[in-house]
Amino acid sequence: MNTKPLIFQNAMFKTILVIVIAVAVTFVYALVGSGMPASQFTQQLFNAVSLGAIYALIAIGYTMVYSILNMINFAHGDIFMMSLYFAFFSVTLFHMPWPLGFIAALVVTAVMGAVIEKLAYKPLRTAPKNSVLVSAIGASFLLENLATYLFSGRPQAFPEIPVLMTGFTFGGVNVRLISLLTIAVTIISLLILTYIIHRTKTGMAMRAVSTDFEIARTMGINENTIVTLVFIIGSALAAIGGFLWGVKYTSILPLMGIVPGMKCFIAAVVGGIGNIAGAVLGGFIIGMSEILAVALFPSISGYRDVFAFVMLIVILMVKPAGLLGTTATEKV
Amino acid sequence: MMIMMTETINTINKKKSRATRNFILTIILIAVGILVPMLLNDAIDSYTRRILNLCAIYAIVALSMNLVNGFCGLFSLGQAGFMAIGAYSVAIFTVPTELRPDIFYIEPMNPFLANIEMPFPVAMLLGGVLAAVFAFIIGFPVLRLKGDYLAIATLGFSEIIRVVFTNTQTITNGSLGIKNIPTLSNMTTIYIVLIIVIIILALLLSSSYGRAIKAIREDEIVAESLGISLFKHKMIAFVGSGFFAGIGGGLYAAFLGTVDPKNFMFILTFNFLLIIVMGGLGSLTGTVIASFIVTYGLEVMRFFDEPLVLGGYEIALFKPGLRMVLFSVLLMVIVIFWQRGLLGKTELTWNRMFGWPGKIKGRFTKKKPDNEAVSLEKTEGGER
Repeated sequence: MNTKPLIFQNAMFKTILVIVIAVAVTFVYALVGSGMPASQFTQQLFNAVSLGAIYALIAIGYTMVYSILNMINFAHGDIFMMSLYFAFFSVTLFHMPWPLGFIAALVVTAVMGAVIEKLAYKPLRTAPKNSVLVSAIGASFLLENLATYLFSGRPQAFPEIPVLMTGFTFGGVNVRLISLLTIAVTIISLLILTYIIHRTKTGMAMRAVSTDFEIARTMGINENTIVTLVFIIGSALAAIGGFLWGVKYTSILPLMGIVPGMKCFIAAVVGGIGNIAGAVLGGFIIGMSEILAVALFPSISGYRDVFAFVMLIVILMVKPAGLLGTTATEKV
Repeated sequence: MMIMMTETINTINKKKSRATRNFILTIILIAVGILVPMLLNDAIDSYTRRILNLCAIYAIVALSMNLVNGFCGLFSLGQAGFMAIGAYSVAIFTVPTELRPDIFYIEPMNPFLANIEMPFPVAMLLGGVLAAVFAFIIGFPVLRLKGDYLAIATLGFSEIIRVVFTNTQTITNGSLGIKNIPTLSNMTTIYIVLIIVIIILALLLSSSYGRAIKAIREDEIVAESLGISLFKHKMIAFVGSGFFAGIGGGLYAAFLGTVDPKNFMFILTFNFLLIIVMGGLGSLTGTVIASFIVTYGLEVMRFFDEPLVLGGYEIALFKPGLRMVLFSVLLMVIVIFWQRGLLGKTELTWNRMFGWPGKIKGRFTKKKPDNEAVSLEKTEGGER
C-alpha cells in the first residue's frame, strides 16, 4: 500500500518542487552570499536558459533514438558538429543567404542522420547490444575523423549574422536577439514535435514502436520507416541546436561535438530516457547548472565540463530512471 | 571391455603427455618472449623499436580492457582515465628532483611531493595501485549500471580524471604537462611486464573467479541464481582492469617521456576498443595478436597521410587524417560483418595449433578429421 500523499506520487510534481526549491536556493545564495548585483544575475540566468534550450534540442535526439532502439546514438554529438559545418559551407562556399543556407544544412543533416542509421545501426538490429554500441562509437569517430580530414582540424569562424547579434537593454540586462531567438525557436520546435507525436498517425506509430517493437510490427507498422523518421527528426533538431550554438559561440571544430553530445545524453538520462519532456527538462537543468555554477563560483570554472558527469552519477544512484522516467523491470 | 579400458588409458596418457608438451612449449614461449626483445634491442633501429614497444604497451592496456569488456561483458570505456593515473604517477615520482623547478615554472610543485623520487618500477606499481583504488571507489556507483549507462558513466569518470589533472596545477602541472620523464631505453622491461600481465590474467581467468566472471558475461541472471556474487566478481574484473591499465599508463609515460592531459582523451580508449573488437571480445591471445596488428598497421598506414604523387600528379585524396578515417571505417566493418573478430571467445591454444596440420590435410584429402583430437581440443580448450 502506498500511503504517500498524492502530490508525491506524481513524478512531475516532485520534479517541479525540487527545481523550484533549487532555483530559489541558488537565487537567494547568489544575492546574499556573493554580493552579485541582481541585474548581473538576471543576465547570467538568461545565458543559462538559452544554453539549456540548445542542450534540450540536442537531448531530444538522444531520447527519441533510445526509446525506440534502446541504444545511445553516440554519433549524435557529431551530427550536431556536422550541421555546423554544413551551415558554414552553404554560407561561405555556396554564397547562400543565411536563412536559405541554414535550411539547406538542416536538410542535409537530416539526410545524413538517416543514412548513418541505415549503414551503421540497421545491420545490427538483432546483434548483441555491445556490438551496436561499438558500431555507434565507430560512427562517431568516423564523423570526427572525416571532418578533420575534409575540413582540417583548425577552428573555423562561423559566418557572422549581424542581425541576430544586435543587443538591446532593459532593466540593466543586456540581451542579444539570438538569446531570445534561441528560446523562441526551442519552444516552437517543441510544439511542432509534440504535435507530431501526439496528434498525427505517424506519431502514434512512433509511440507504438517505442512501447513494443514486435507488437507494433504485427499491427502493420513499418518499423524501419519509423526508425528512419526518428533519426531525421533527431538530426534536424540537433541541426537547429547547432545553428543557434554556431551563431552564439562563433567557432567550429571537428571535435566540438563530443562534449555537448555527452552532456546532452546525460541530460536525457537525468530527465528520464525515452521521455521527451524529460529530455527538455534535463537539458535545461544541465545547461543552467553549468552556467550558474560558474557564475556563482568562478574559482571552479576549470571543472565546468565535469558538472554534467557528477550529476549523472548522482541521478543514477538516487533515481536511476531519471526525473520523469518510469522504471522498467528486466524480464528473464 | 578390455579394449575400451586400454583406450581410456591411452586417452589419459595422451592428455597427460599433451599437458606436459603444452607446459614446456609455454615455458619456451615465455623465454622467447623475454630473450627476443633483449637480443633485438640493439639489432633494430630506434623507429622499429619504438613501434614494438608501443605494441606491447597497447597490448597490456587492451588486455586490461578485455578483462572487463570481453570476459565480464561490462562495456567500460574508462581505460584512458586509468592510464592517466598510472602515467601521472610515473611522471610525478620519477622525474629527478633537481629538474622539477624548471618543469613547474608557473606554479611550484606541492612541497609534499616535490622531494619524493622513486625508481621506475615502484612508481609504476604505485600507479597501478592508485588506478586500482580509483576503480574500486568508482566501482560502487558504476557497477550497479548496465550496458550504455555503464559505458557513459565510465567515460564520464575518465573525463573527470582528465579535467582534474588539467586543474591541479601544483601536482600535475596542469595543461602544460610534465616533461623530462626518464625514458625506458630498452625493450626488455616492457616485454617482461607484458608477459607477467598475460600470465596473471591467464591464471585469473582459469581460476574459479575467472569462470564466475565468464558466467556473468554469458547470463547475469543464471550466474546469480547459481550463487555467484555479481557485484564481487564484477568488482574483481573492474579493479583488475584498472590496475593493469594503470601499469600500462606508467609504461606509456616512460615511453613518451612527457605527459599532458591531452594525451588521455577519449580517442586513446578508441584504439583499445578497436584492438579488442578485432582480436575478439573474450580472447587473451586474440588481443595480443590484434594489438600488434593494429599498432603496427597504424604506423605502416602513415603513408596515407603523406601526399601521394603518381605520374607527376598529386592525388588530392591523400592528406592528413585519411589514416584515421580508414581506421574508423575498419572498426565499423569489423563490427558489422565480422563480429567474432580474430578469435571470438576462444583462445589460440597449443592443441589448436597442433590440430592445424591435420585440418589442412583433411581439407585436401577430404577425410574425416581425427575425432579424438577434436574431443581433446574441446576439453582442454581453456588451457594455453
